[in-house]
Amino acid sequence: MTTIGWMQIALFALLILVFTRPTGRFMHKVFEGERTWLTPFLGPLEQFIYKLSGVSPQEEMDWKIYSAAMLAFSVVTAAFTYIVLRLQQYLPLNPEHFGTKHAPAWAAAVTPDLGFNTAVSFTTNTNWQAYGGESTLSYFSQMAGLASHMFFSAACGMAVAIALVRGLTRRNAKSLGNFWADITRSTVYVLLPLSLVLALFYVDQGVIMNFLPYRTVHTVQGSVQIIPGGPVASMEAIKELGTNGGGFFNANSAHPFENPTPLCNFVEMLTIFLLGAGLVYTFGIYAGDTRQGWALFGTMAVLFFIGAAVAYTQEARGNPLFSQFGINQSSRSLGDLGGNMEGKEVRFGEAASTLFATITTDASCGAVNSMHDSYTPLGGLVPMANILTGEVIFGGVGAGLYGMLMYAILAVFIAGLMVGRTPEYLGKKIEAYEVKMAMLATLILTADVLVFTAAACVMHVPHAAYWNAPGGTSTSLVSANTNNSGPHGFSEILYAFDSTTGNNGSAFAGINVNTPFWNLALGISMLAGRFLMMIPLLAIAGSMAAKKKVPASAGTFPTCTPLFAGLLLSTVIIVGALAYFPAVSLGPIVENVLMHAGRTF
Amino acid sequence: MIAQQNSPLHTAPETKNRQNGPRKARPLLDPPIVKRALRDAFIKMNPAVQARNPVMFVVWTGSLVTTLAFLQNLLEATKGWITPFSGQIALWLWFTVLFANFAEAIAEGRGKAQADELRKTRTTTMARRKTKNGLEDIAASLLRKGDVVVCETGDIIPSDGTVTEGIASVDESAITGESAPVIREAGGDRSAVTGGTKVISDRIVVEITANPGETFIDRMIGLVEGAARQKTPNEIALNILIAGLTLVFLFATVTLMPFGVYAVNQAGGGQAPGIVVLTALLVCLIPTTIGGLLSAIGIAGMDRVMQYNVLAMSGKAVEAAGDVDVLLLDKTGTITLGNRQAAEFIPLPGTDVMELADAAQLSSLADETPEGRSIVVLAKEQYGIRGRSLDEKTTEFVPFTAQTRMSGVDMPGMTIRKGAVQAVIDDVKQNGGSVPRALAEIADDISRKGGTPLAVAVNHAPLGIIYLKDVVKGGMKERFDHLRAMGIKTVMITGDNPLTAAAIAQEAGVDDFLAQAKPEDKMALIKKEQAEGRLVAMTGDGTNDAPALAQADVGVAMNTGTQAAKEAGNMVDLDSNPTKLIEIVEIGKQLLITRGALTTFSIANDVSKYFAIIPAMFSTLYVLKGQKHGPLWGLNLMHLHSPYSAVLAAVIFNALIIIALIPVALRGVPYRPQSASKILQRNLAIWGAGGLLMPFPCIWAIDWLLVLMHLAPAH
Repeated sequence: MTTIGWMQIALFALLILVFTRPTGRFMHKVFEGERTWLTPFLGPLEQFIYKLSGVSPQEEMDWKIYSAAMLAFSVVTAAFTYIVLRLQQYLPLNPEHFGTKHAPAWAAAVTPDLGFNTAVSFTTNTNWQAYGGESTLSYFSQMAGLASHMFFSAACGMAVAIALVRGLTRRNAKSLGNFWADITRSTVYVLLPLSLVLALFYVDQGVIMNFLPYRTVHTVQGSVQIIPGGPVASMEAIKELGTNGGGFFNANSAHPFENPTPLCNFVEMLTIFLLGAGLVYTFGIYAGDTRQGWALFGTMAVLFFIGAAVAYTQEARGNPLFSQFGINQSSRSLGDLGGNMEGKEVRFGEAASTLFATITTDASCGAVNSMHDSYTPLGGLVPMANILTGEVIFGGVGAGLYGMLMYAILAVFIAGLMVGRTPEYLGKKIEAYEVKMAMLATLILTADVLVFTAAACVMHVPHAAYWNAPGGTSTSLVSANTNNSGPHGFSEILYAFDSTTGNNGSAFAGINVNTPFWNLALGISMLAGRFLMMIPLLAIAGSMAAKKKVPASAGTFPTCTPLFAGLLLSTVIIVGALAYFPAVSLGPIVENVLMHAGRTF
Repeated sequence: MIAQQNSPLHTAPETKNRQNGPRKARPLLDPPIVKRALRDAFIKMNPAVQARNPVMFVVWTGSLVTTLAFLQNLLEATKGWITPFSGQIALWLWFTVLFANFAEAIAEGRGKAQADELRKTRTTTMARRKTKNGLEDIAASLLRKGDVVVCETGDIIPSDGTVTEGIASVDESAITGESAPVIREAGGDRSAVTGGTKVISDRIVVEITANPGETFIDRMIGLVEGAARQKTPNEIALNILIAGLTLVFLFATVTLMPFGVYAVNQAGGGQAPGIVVLTALLVCLIPTTIGGLLSAIGIAGMDRVMQYNVLAMSGKAVEAAGDVDVLLLDKTGTITLGNRQAAEFIPLPGTDVMELADAAQLSSLADETPEGRSIVVLAKEQYGIRGRSLDEKTTEFVPFTAQTRMSGVDMPGMTIRKGAVQAVIDDVKQNGGSVPRALAEIADDISRKGGTPLAVAVNHAPLGIIYLKDVVKGGMKERFDHLRAMGIKTVMITGDNPLTAAAIAQEAGVDDFLAQAKPEDKMALIKKEQAEGRLVAMTGDGTNDAPALAQADVGVAMNTGTQAAKEAGNMVDLDSNPTKLIEIVEIGKQLLITRGALTTFSIANDVSKYFAIIPAMFSTLYVLKGQKHGPLWGLNLMHLHSPYSAVLAAVIFNALIIIALIPVALRGVPYRPQSASKILQRNLAIWGAGGLLMPFPCIWAIDWLLVLMHLAPAH
């Protein structure tokens, strides 16, 4: 641990705090269709999109129509991506001839199961990647098939969050807004302009942006290396901004073409939290009292600091097993490069790597600049736990806010009774229907993670050669696909389903996931984690919108105080993590004890 | 209200006997009730009964599963601690179910005991029904709506009805527990009589308004017995939450078996957690505390309302009372004393005020009503006229009657009358006297100010008026302050003019008032508040209150009120004490607080149980060379003796905490009128933080005892 390391974390937090208000205000204006300083330039584009698609933005939708529109949009765009990926050999911008006879020997094919997994992955804002981008997909596939979804799925998440916020704050209303207008506005006024500016900045930092064929070079050491090209900067911007996380290259933000400099790295981290933090303020404006937003912000900030501090200290402390071999891990002599540097980039150092890992899992981003799999057990527990608690620490664009609001509803319901009134949130009574929907979402997410993990831990498949690694003979899912054994192997399986259910997309890796079983199982868990959470929440939005708003009085449960923020914090930790504690104890926790005892697997 | 102004002394008998506190509280654990509850606890073991409560049903199933596992161990004569361990777990899981049943049974038992008392009063006496040919005797149970019966002194009123003729004092102690008689008369707002009550003077004709089985007492029995009990909205929501949590934990525990299998495969040894330990973990994690006590809390809440002599028609109404934002309170009898106090003697022009005060005092010497006493006191304090004793042989006191609406005294050569102005004027005129116009003018003036005029006449010549003024009840200001602190707005409803109303409102400390209120105004006010999202509670007794009572979210009808009012409200106050609305609100709040507190406690408890069971259940995994337990045994923060004792201790704690919290469920979490944030802070500290920390020492102690008693291994 170094002072400069802690200062980076502090500076990051400070800048997020500074950006929250202006971003939140701007987004409120955008979602309410108000005029912003960008309207003169981009207004015509917005109007053109409405005209082209025959949408009237004023038309209000109830929660069912809103959900149906969201689902229809997701299904159609997912199908589009599936087709683009599977037919990339017939499509332009494919200099390496992926999918054709002329493809290089190292190229991988887009099988139906991989196509499904990838299409679902980008539609659900997960960006789980069972493929290596540079060895599997054409430039066109990356741009049209994947980067498009990085805008769509982010816009979808924000739309659902705003619909929920409208539901909580409108009174006696039937509708939640217009889905088409919401996704158009957030794309046109927020995501597009910011991405454009960021992409230019990244190009300036050295992120590549070209359509050149891959280059084969002879290195000084005399070996041959293939250097890929591609339109990376344009995808990089929305990758973090929309908390997508899908890297152009397999190494993601650890790759020098995606994330070349410490400054670039810092900006990438800022953009992961930017919109999530802003939306919390937007919520405060909608609620008519920005303190309501700041209370959520406070809870998120505390959880963020806990995660960042644990990850940094654990990693900087290093691996005790190394010390036996006389390896110097001390940060006193190595600066921010001390500690466990396996899987981390020296150009970022310990703090910027662990901070990135914390942020990318606080939000449902999943971009990585270091390999989470190589973290120490407790260091790796931080990203795992961040996702298990629902990625509500600023969170994915929209997803973080609606996830935290669900916790708020549960917190208010459980503890709110203790003030002697039917629990209310923002003056709306929380009754059986809302509790039912919130519990339904909780239940689905828990079952999604645990049941799939359990299956992957012990199941045997009928046709090993098909379901497991091609040509393999082992029917056991574990022995055929898992490269690590012991508690770490378990952590990897748990992390995979944790990541897909939470729509994060980062991985502990270590598993051969590009097989029909894994592609299918992970794909299904992504769909469940995304839509079976969104739909119950939209149902809550619909039912809350129709309610009367009880004016606040001294008898009202206060939801804008530090006390509430503390209560919310305990709810996230206790209700969110309680179900996973036994599982986690069999993964990182036991691994940590064993590591200190010197036992490896 | 108008009626009361004209006959201010009329309300006296009831006023005197009002009580605020609960009726004699039944001891928390009444031996006969406990005995019955113990029996019922076993009867409730029936799976069909258990299936209604998802949390306890899971425990019930778990008990069965562990019992079977125990039997299997017995049959196979498994060596070591596993057999006694599974046997004890099974036993304590059955106890868990039993304890929850007991809690519910004891709450129900208290209601049943009350119902039995009521049943005793249900009459099988004969009634005298009016027919074309005169009166006929008929069994009370055969009376139907529309029958007309006659009741005289000593008769028990056979069924609910409305007095159509006559006036009588009625002893309603059978339902109210209050021995002082009340007056029931034809017409007006005091015409309703209840079956089972007794006429103690005069004769009334009653038209029956209820069919057999639908009478007030029948309904009351049904309500307190819990037969008519339905889950309240909030209870349903809470049930969903705990059922959902139960399912979440079901997934969390069931998946531990495959996770364990994976670990065993990887570690090359150890044991995956077995069915007994997993069941123990599941039962400890699911919210059994609140699941087991939830229905008891609801029943006990109804029972508490009942102890305050209020009959709630549904649990929903009690729950709604906790949510009330606005209280509409009638001024008279609620905010001010129903009886007014003499404030001033106003003589007619040309009459000496001393003469008036003297006459007023003389006429009131034998008048034991608060008004009468206040007149004596005023004369003494302001005019120095001392109370004196009169020659009993020659003095005859004339008591107040409902017919004459006057009282007074007859002495040799002097007849004094005081009473309602119109009654005195009539009396004077009948006796050939003349009444100066000024008398009515003074009286009107006082009425306008919200006061009550009493005329005084000596020898059938009017002397002047006694000004009776409203007196705000003692302690009301503090109660309204409390209500304000709780976030409840109080609105005083009065027929007075705005000026008087404002003065009284300010004196009493209410937040707002509605002056010169007509029934329509009351209704409009309720609707307006409701439209703004507020919940409104009110009390009422007259037929004209009925629509407003029905519109209000919580409508408390006075038992003295009309049948229409009683049917429109969702509660009936048997003591007819409008102030009781405040207690009802507090009980409603207490009910919700108790649920929230036990839910929070239940969930917070899980943390400590994890630290007992997780180390124990995974203690055989990844065991390092030369060590007895695996690395996860290191999570055993409480230093429990052995894996067996740890799991047992957690399960036993989980069962015993239900018993320990029965008193809280029955009595409710103590409630103090405070702002929501203060209450939250306090309850979070007690039930949240307490729930988190308290189990640690308890589980530690149980573990220690288990080892001491050789019920679990020490290593």
